[in-house]
Amino acid sequence: MEALAPGLAIGLGAIGPGIGVGLLVMGALQGIARNPEAAGEIRTNMILGIAFAEAIAIYALVVALLLKFV
Amino acid sequence: MRRLLNPRVLGITLAVLVIVIGSAFVIKVPLPAIVLPPEPIACVGGHLASGAHGLECEGGFPITNSMVTTLLADLTILGLVFFGLRNMKLVPSGLQNLLEAVIEGFYGLAEDVAGKENARKFFPLVMTIFFFALVANWWELVPGMDSFGWITEVHGEGGWEKRELFAGIYTIVKEPGHYTLVPFLRTATTDLNVTLAMALIAVTYVQIAGVRALGLSYFKKFINFSSPMDFFVGILETISEVAKIISFSFRLFGNIFAGTVLLFVMPYLIPLLVPLPFYGLEVFVGFIQAFVFAMLTLVFLATAVVSHDHEGHH
Repeated sequence: MEALAPGLAIGLGAIGPGIGVGLLVMGALQGIARNPEAAGEIRTNMILGIAFAEAIAIYALVVALLLKFV
Repeated sequence: MRRLLNPRVLGITLAVLVIVIGSAFVIKVPLPAIVLPPEPIACVGGHLASGAHGLECEGGFPITNSMVTTLLADLTILGLVFFGLRNMKLVPSGLQNLLEAVIEGFYGLAEDVAGKENARKFFPLVMTIFFFALVANWWELVPGMDSFGWITEVHGEGGWEKRELFAGIYTIVKEPGHYTLVPFLRTATTDLNVTLAMALIAVTYVQIAGVRALGLSYFKKFINFSSPMDFFVGILETISEVAKIISFSFRLFGNIFAGTVLLFVMPYLIPLLVPLPFYGLEVFVGFIQAFVFAMLTLVFLATAVVSHDHEGHH
């Protein structure tokens, strides 16, 4: 059971950020498709947004690491 | 194609392939031991002793394997800049060209995000973070990282047997025993201490820049008694400021640590050709994480120096 806990923590915790990153890239790609000239600006903002969404997955990773090693 | 069929090139390629495939059959290597904390490889003023999981430093200042790689990353940057900018030309070429392109590109981005005036102030720290994180991340891909080191006894469980290759040089083989490997080099950013230090520097500088630009009214963002609503917003701001340190340090650490584990596991499962695309992936991840760290620092800096006073009045 103890081996299961970190796996569940990161596995369940990665669902939300996964969906979030998907939505972010979807929006950014649609934006670039409609206005290819703004591609550079959209790309930087997309990467920033991904970094924020990813932060949630990182909290799950922290919990998983705590469960596994501490 | 013609160069590949040159007998000398073909001979060397075949010899390398035979050595790689042959050694995979002769020496069964176990999965590398994955440890979270950095391990001491030398001890100033004390002596190294084998502990429960590897080496331990007794009564002295431990030199860990990630400290060595941090210095290596620093030296790499210094070397690049020294040899790239030793004799600068008006029309750049080679390394100088590369460095100028990277710095100019990033400076343009900084001007877009923070404005002309602020970009000048923030750029040195942001670019330093970017260069250091990038070089430290890419050191992960150098062959020999995490694979040369002291072979030491473990007193706990989960050790492997050692075998002499030649002339007092040993290797770990995949048989249960009492030995493990403590590598000399370990990617700097897979050590939480390094990334935490970077995050603390970045977030502290954000506060300093905020106070410099707005004076003491900068702290109105955190402690504000003008209305109950502002008071709770201030508490949330304080929490998010602390969360910045956590997410900064764990984002870089988590991504690169996971990358190293990936690079451990893939060659262990299938030693030939299959690990190659993962090296490409790690080049990409190393760049993106360095870029994200620097970009987020820049964005936080840019938002910290803007006053929020006018927001309540309309």
